Formats: sequence, C-alpha cells, structure tokens
Amino acid sequence: MNIPSTLKYTESNEWINLEGKIGTIGISDYAQDQLSDIVFAEVIVNEGDVVKKGDSIATIESVKAAADVYTPVSGKIISVNEELGRAPEVINTDPYGAAWIIKIEMSNPGETGSIMDAASYEKFVQEQK
Amino acid sequence: MFIPHTDADRAAMLHAVGIEKLDDLFIDVPAKYRFPTLNLPPALSEMEVSRELQDISLANESVHDLVCFLGAGVYNHYIPAAVDAIIRRGEFLTAYTPYQPELAQGTLQAIFEYQSNLAALTGMEVCNASHYDGATAVAEAVNMAYANFRGKRSKIILSPAVHPQYRQTVRTYTEGSPVVLVGDDPQGDVNADPDILIPLIDIDTALVVVQYPDFFGRIYDYTKIAIAAHAVGALLAVSVNPIALGLLKSPGYMNADIVTGEGQPLGIPLSYGGPYLGLFATRKEYVRKMAGRLTGETVDNRGQKAYVLTLTAREQHIRREKATSNICTNQGLMALASTVYMSLLGKNGLRQVAELCFHKAHYAAQAITNLQGYSIWSSTPFFNEFVIQTPIPVSEINDLLLDHDILGGYDLSQDYHALSRHMLMAVTEMNTRQEIDQLVVVLSEVSNG
Amino acid sequence: MGEPQLCDISVSGRQGITFPRPDVPLASFPEGFLREDLPMPELSELDVIRHYTRLSQQNYSIDTGYYPLGSCTMKYNPKINEETARYPGFAFTHPLQPIETVQGNLALMFTLQEWLKEIGGFAGMTLQPAAGAHGELTGVLIIHAYHRSRADTKRDKILIPDSAHGTNPATSAMSGSRVVEIKSDSRGNVDLDALRQECDDTLAGLMLTNPNTLGLFDEHVEEVIRLVHAAGGLVYGDGANLNALLGIIRPGDVGFDVMHFNLHKTFSTPHGGGGPGSGPVGVAAHLVDFLPAPVVGIIEEGDQEMPPLYGFIAPSKSIGRMKSFHGHFGTLVRAYTYISMHGGPGLREIAEHAVLNANYLLALIKGSYHLPYERLCMHEFVVEGQWPDAPEIHALDISKRLMDYKFHPPTNYFPLIVHEALMVEPTESESKETMDAFAEALIKIADEAHHDPVLLKEAPHITPVGRLDEVKAAKELVLCCGVATLDK
Repeated sequence: MNIPSTLKYTESNEWINLEGKIGTIGISDYAQDQLSDIVFAEVIVNEGDVVKKGDSIATIESVKAAADVYTPVSGKIISVNEELGRAPEVINTDPYGAAWIIKIEMSNPGETGSIMDAASYEKFVQEQK
Repeated sequence: MFIPHTDADRAAMLHAVGIEKLDDLFIDVPAKYRFPTLNLPPALSEMEVSRELQDISLANESVHDLVCFLGAGVYNHYIPAAVDAIIRRGEFLTAYTPYQPELAQGTLQAIFEYQSNLAALTGMEVCNASHYDGATAVAEAVNMAYANFRGKRSKIILSPAVHPQYRQTVRTYTEGSPVVLVGDDPQGDVNADPDILIPLIDIDTALVVVQYPDFFGRIYDYTKIAIAAHAVGALLAVSVNPIALGLLKSPGYMNADIVTGEGQPLGIPLSYGGPYLGLFATRKEYVRKMAGRLTGETVDNRGQKAYVLTLTAREQHIRREKATSNICTNQGLMALASTVYMSLLGKNGLRQVAELCFHKAHYAAQAITNLQGYSIWSSTPFFNEFVIQTPIPVSEINDLLLDHDILGGYDLSQDYHALSRHMLMAVTEMNTRQEIDQLVVVLSEVSNG
Repeated sequence: MGEPQLCDISVSGRQGITFPRPDVPLASFPEGFLREDLPMPELSELDVIRHYTRLSQQNYSIDTGYYPLGSCTMKYNPKINEETARYPGFAFTHPLQPIETVQGNLALMFTLQEWLKEIGGFAGMTLQPAAGAHGELTGVLIIHAYHRSRADTKRDKILIPDSAHGTNPATSAMSGSRVVEIKSDSRGNVDLDALRQECDDTLAGLMLTNPNTLGLFDEHVEEVIRLVHAAGGLVYGDGANLNALLGIIRPGDVGFDVMHFNLHKTFSTPHGGGGPGSGPVGVAAHLVDFLPAPVVGIIEEGDQEMPPLYGFIAPSKSIGRMKSFHGHFGTLVRAYTYISMHGGPGLREIAEHAVLNANYLLALIKGSYHLPYERLCMHEFVVEGQWPDAPEIHALDISKRLMDYKFHPPTNYFPLIVHEALMVEPTESESKETMDAFAEALIKIADEAHHDPVLLKEAPHITPVGRLDEVKAAKELVLCCGVATLDK
C-alpha cells in the first residue's frame, strides 16, 4: 500500500498535497484498491467555484462500488483535471500523480491541522482491514 | 399445499438441528405474541380454489362481454398468442433478477433486445429495463431532472394534458421536497396549445413534461418547446403511447431529452390496473442519471458475446442513500412480453396496428360529429382517442351504453372541471365497424330523446 | 454458442403477426407527423418463438433448480396462480370500468386487504404499491405525513440498521429524510445504546427488518419499538422476511406502525426475471387516514339478500397516489389464490418449514463455513465465504463454483456487516434431499478451496457463458443492438 510521506490524508481516503496556499487533492492508493477497476469519474465542481470543507467535489464509480470525493479544505477551485472523465482508469494506475482531481486555493489554511499525516493514515488503513 | 416434508424428514431434521419440536425454533419470538390464531378461511384444494376464483371472475363484465371504447392510459389491444406462450415458460417466469449473469443470459439478452426495440421506437439512444408504470416513470423523470441540476433548479413544468393520475403521482413523490410544480393549474385553459407553457420556462426550470398523444388524444409537435427548454438549459420529457409511435414521428425526432410512457398497449393485458410497464428512455449523455436497471453487451472469459447488468453503481444495492432511485424489482416479465410483441409485429405490424386505430377512431369521430347534440371538442389532429362534447352528463350516457353492453369513454368531468360534459373516447384495432356503428346508434338515442 | 440478436435474425419483409385490412374508410394522416422509418427487427412467428425459447433455455429458474438466495424467498410459484390470474373476468377488465361491472375484482381486493391485515396485525391496508421498494416509499411518506399533521416538523431523521437492504436508505433519501445508520451488536441485534442516542425529537422513524438480513430475530424487538415510540417516532417494518413469521407472530401486534409485504416473496407470485412484484402496505390504526388513494372499501353495506357494494375510497388525509390505478391486480389474484390454498394453519406450516430448512442446512455446513452469529437462525442465515488459510478465495469464487454443481449461488456480499457474506434462504419449498445435496456441494467446494483453488478461480465451467467482463461492459457502453442507432 503506497502512502507517500509528503502528503496528508483524510478518513474518507482523500490525499492532499499542500504547497503554500494551494492544495492538490486526489484519492489514495488504498481507496482505488478498494474500489477496484474504475470505470467512470466525474468532477462535479468547476474552476472558480467556492467550496466548503466537506463538500462533494467528484464521484467515482467502479463495477462494484461508487464513491464520492470530498474536499478536506475550503477555498476556491483553481483547476480541474479534465483527463479523469476521459480516462478514469488512471486513478487505479497513478492515484497520486496523473489522477489529481482538483487544485484549490485555500481560504482557511488552519483547516489542514486536522488532516492526518502519512504515519497516522497508515495506521488508519491497517485498522480498516 | 406445496411443502414436501414427510414426518420422517421432519424427525431427521429436528434431530440434526438438536431440538425436539418445531415450536422450539421460535424461542426468540416474544411468548406474549407467539403463535397467534389467524382468522382466515380454511384451506382450499386446488380444485376448490379454481372453482372459487372462477366464480369471482364471473361476477365481472370484461371487455369480452362489453364492447370497449374506454382508454385513458390503457387500451384494449390484441395480444398475440405467442406472447403468453413465451412469458409462461417457467425459465422466464420463475427466474430471478439476473445478478448472476452466467445463469441468466436468456433474461439478459431479452432485456437488451427490449432496450434496443424501445430506443428505436422512441428515437432515443438508451432505454432502461423498465419502471413500474407510466405514472411512476414521469415521477422518476422529475427526480432525474432535479438531481441533474444538483438542486439548483427546482421548477418543473407539467402540461395539464399529461394524464391526471401521472400528475397526481408526481405530486405525491415531490411532497415536502423543494420541487415546485407549475403549468397544470385547474383553472387554466385546457384546450390551449401546449406552446402556452413556453413563457413559463426560465433558468429555474429543470424539466418540462408533456404527453404524446396527450391525455385528450391530441397530437402536437413539441419541437418548439424543446428549443425553448434547451435555450435555458432545461430538459424536455415526453410521455408516450408506444402504439402511436408505430405511425407517428418519435419524441426523439422532436429533440426530447427523456421519453417515458405506459407500455401496456404492447402485448400486456388490461388486468384491472396492472401489472403494467413503465417506459423510460433518454440520451446517452444522461445515462448515468437514469434510474433503473441497464443491460449491456460484453464478452465472457471464453471470448463469447454475452450480456450483463451494467452501470449498477447507480443502483440502490450499491449506492444506498445516494442512489438515483430506490427501485429494485421492476417489471421484467412485462418488458419481455412487450419485446415479444414488438418482435412479432415488427416495423410493418406496428404500423398496421397504429393505422387501424387511427382510421377507426376517425371513422367514429366523423360519425359522432354528425349526431345532433354532439361535437368534437378540439380541432387538433388526434391519434386514436378524441374528446366529444355530450348533450347530457357523460355518466348518464355511459349508463345507457352499458345497457347495450358497451363500455363508454372516460368521463372527463372527474378531472377537469371545465369539461363537465366531455367524454374521452378510444378506438382500437379490436373495434369492428359494426361495433362503431352500434355505438353511434345508441348515442343518437340520447339526442333523439 | 450464443443466440443471435433480433437484429441479426431480422429479414426485411418478414412479419410475424398480420392484421385485417381496415373495415372503415381511410382518414387522411396529419400533415408532417408520419415517421419516415421504424428501424425495428422483422421476423416470422417461428423465428420469434425459436429465438425466445432458445433464450429461455439459457436461464436458470425455480422451475429448473434451487435458489438459496437470502432475502428473496425463492419459493415454488404454483401453476394454479397462472391459471386464476388469466381468467378472462380478471385479465380483460379495464381499471376505469364502472364499479358495478367489476364487483368480483373489488371483492377480491377487499378480501385480500382483510387477509393481509389479519396476517400482519394491521388496521388498514393499501394494495397499490408496485413492489417492496415502492411500498417502503409509501410507508416513509406516510410517516412524514403523520408527523406533519401533528405539526411535528422537526422530525426528518430515519434510522436504519447497518444490516439493512439497500432500498431502505435509498427510499429514505428519496423522501427527503436524513439517514442515520445504527450499528448491530455482537449478537446481530440492533445495538440498544446506539439506538438510545439517536432517539430525540428529530426522529421520524426507524426502518427495521425483522428477522433481519442476518436471519436473526431481534432479541430486543419490543424494547427497540418502545424506545422509538417513546421518542415520538414510528417504526417501519420491512416485510421482506415475513416468510419466517407467518402464523408465528404478527408485526402489528408487537408495535410496528407500518409495514410492506412482498407478494413476490412471501406469497409465491413469480419473480419474472426482475418483476413484476407487488408491495402492499399495512398500517396501524393511527395511520389509516394517510394511506394512498384509492383504497377498496364497502360503499353500501350488504344484507342477507345482497352482497355489499364495493368501491374506492380516498382516505381523509391520504398521501395521494403512488402510481396509476390501484395496484398490480394480476399479482394480487395470485396472492389471493395462494392464501386461499393455505388458510391460517397452512401459513404457519410455511414459516415452520422455512425456518426448519434453514436451521437444518446450517447444521450441515457450519463445520465448513464460519458462522459469525452463534444463534438459532430464522428462515435464512449468513456465513462467511472465506477462510483465513485460503486467502485468495472469496465469496464470489465459491458462488461461481456452485454453478458447476448446478446450483444458483446464495446472495453475495450482503449484508455489508459480514465480510464475504453468503446469505442462504432455502424456503419451505425445498426438500431434505435438496438441502443434503446443496450442503454436500458446499462442503466439497470448501475442500476444493483449500486443495485445488484453481477450480474455484476459473469457475463456472459448465454454464453457457463464463465469467463476464463487467469492466468492459461499463466502460464501453453497448446498450442497444446496432440497428437502433438508425434514423428516428
């Protein structure tokens, strides 16, 4: 189970990469593994949308499951990954790279304090099994 | 009865379970309420039940006993013998929902072909495996449209010429929700052209719903409404009578986004209200927003073409509270009946039935117009149903018709207070010229005193 | 090899059914409304019969084999039902006929309402809902209408146990409720502490399946109902598992306020490859006025000479109409036939043998499969389809291998609270021999899983098709035969 140490993670299995005020969000390797072969992904927010922590930003479907992706932070969407709609399987093959979902300009960087680091997330994943 | 166990079976099984008597199986059931005596009639044998049900059925008069001119959503059409022969086969009748596709290719391919036939008939790109009926199909279209805009648009425009029971169902489904239903105000002018709905369309509109032919039998081209809806990003849903589509341009041609309808006319008996068949079709771009089962073509691990339920992640058993709908059991056997019917008739047979309905209805309408005291309510073209204005209340006319073993049309005063003496008359391929002539004779008895 | 599609068999110019020429003068068609083409297949009647007969032969069905599907109640569908439903007096009546012409139908519906009320312990009944999920929606709408009528507008929360069928939360969401999941305790009951915490003044109701999807009768069912009622909520019963309770207990007696019945489960009406079903809903006295309209009632009382006049009644605070007309009448006739053939003691025998069969089967296989809850089961049970010492084998593999033993698999992956769940419901229709053969197959497969797992991994081998590529089906959507994409 790949859990890069440079990222932070939520209990709903999103990862966030923090660079100053900009966060990049996707779903973790554990999440894609749980879903198995992903057949569909749709980002449901647009560039310029203002979202709150916990809002749904994307839906992902495999043949046996469907999942909503939630933003762990509030802010303004500055970029949306158009590739996901065309090639959803990239979430399985490259969850931390090409399968980023949105980039967000955070309005409240303090929210990141409650998000797990890699070590805590690893423990969390172990507990799920 | 149907339980195979002998005393010896029971004894061996109780022993294996480690209990003494059947009652011991129910120790978890609170003693206070356990083993109630059910006040039901004593059990009948098959021979006796067959007799009893026959007697009950004979306390009815059916459309075999009465000449039927009643429609209003479901119609007396001919059902070919081959339809029942197929749906009575135990392999179809007693099969479960095809969740294990390796054991259900018969059901799955039949659904796939049903989807294909309906898509062709309605002029749409995808079609689901059925909803309950025409009414709930409209309600699901409303849900789908509302969900499509993620709650940002809450206005649904309902034409008053959509079947009253369909609109009632939509109201039940949307009670307490943010959805606002407009367009079918009981004080409105029900004879008006459907284009009067156009000024109601705005950017808060999620969906416009019309019917084709409409509840009064009239045919309209809804292309202008489609244009108006699409101009503001709203959707258009058209509820159809599928038999009409054997002859008439499809809603797909008019650029509808969703087509719903009642599939009963396609080889399904009247059966006093059901089970019927909810039709639901849409454009490819909305396929994920559509509720209900979908069968898709794929291959198996031996390289063979095969069929499987697909996009199941939308459905309740996976999505649970986020599902597009709660629908689970649908109308599978009725969908099979309809696809057998459509296969038997084919493009030419469907056209023939539609033409017979059309010509016979127009013959009847022409004859009735010539009667003193009667008139045809609308000059708009119609398919096989039309509204006549009557000299005395419809209920009295229907009593008279019944005396002559004729089932008269639907009394519109029940649903439209402006239509106090208006009857909705339906004619199908089952009505002979003699029957129509006899209808006209009896109707004339009224105006002649 | 597979059966060709209709569009492949189609030959231009063929027609199965023809109709007489019009016996009336031809009217002119409306300008601009005729469709140019109808791209439908063209087949002879023999083509159609052969095509569908061959398709049917690829299906598994109750008539050909045993379905141990938990929560589906795949009991025998009596052929007499197919006869009675087709009596012309039933099959050829129009739903809008004057009531005087259909007193037989109305009497049957009225009587069935009374029988279901008696079986369930309810004061009111609607036969209108088209299926179980439709009945659930009806019930939840009734609950909300009840609270609204008492100006109790804070109540938007519906509690649903984690073992519940997916339709329960889907229904609640459809009705605009807030869904809160309640966990089960270690014995498979609703966790009372978790329930107590949610019993507040926002509680609209609890949806409870009893026995639950683990096949277990809730050992605290009276307390569960009491807690919900004390907080001002109502209890909805999902009647999918009623087969275990016929003549054993009446849910209405123990406090359920509203419950749906599944005629296509408990009352033997056929599943039809995915319906039609029928989901009548029973209610306690305080909810009778909210039933969907119309309900069948007595319009004029009868006397010694005359039977009563039956007709339709709209309850005074009705939630409205749930669908067109008044229910799946054809399905109601079948259920009526079935109940007539059983009577009270006969129904109780159904429950006794359904529960006996389940416990017997469990006794045979529990040495080979892990049973998460050590209790007497009701009409179904759940075991785990996995072994710690055979980690590559999942419930799916066991299911597919069962097909090679000519059995339909049990329900997979449900309820969600058991890992690799296999939910087994024999029903009372199955004989001891069938139970023995099924147990033997399961035990053999358990052995294969440990010693020859490839047999499971590559199963099924003897079915017309092997495992299907569901990913391809979802990604490359082919939902219609080629011909359907032609002109409109």
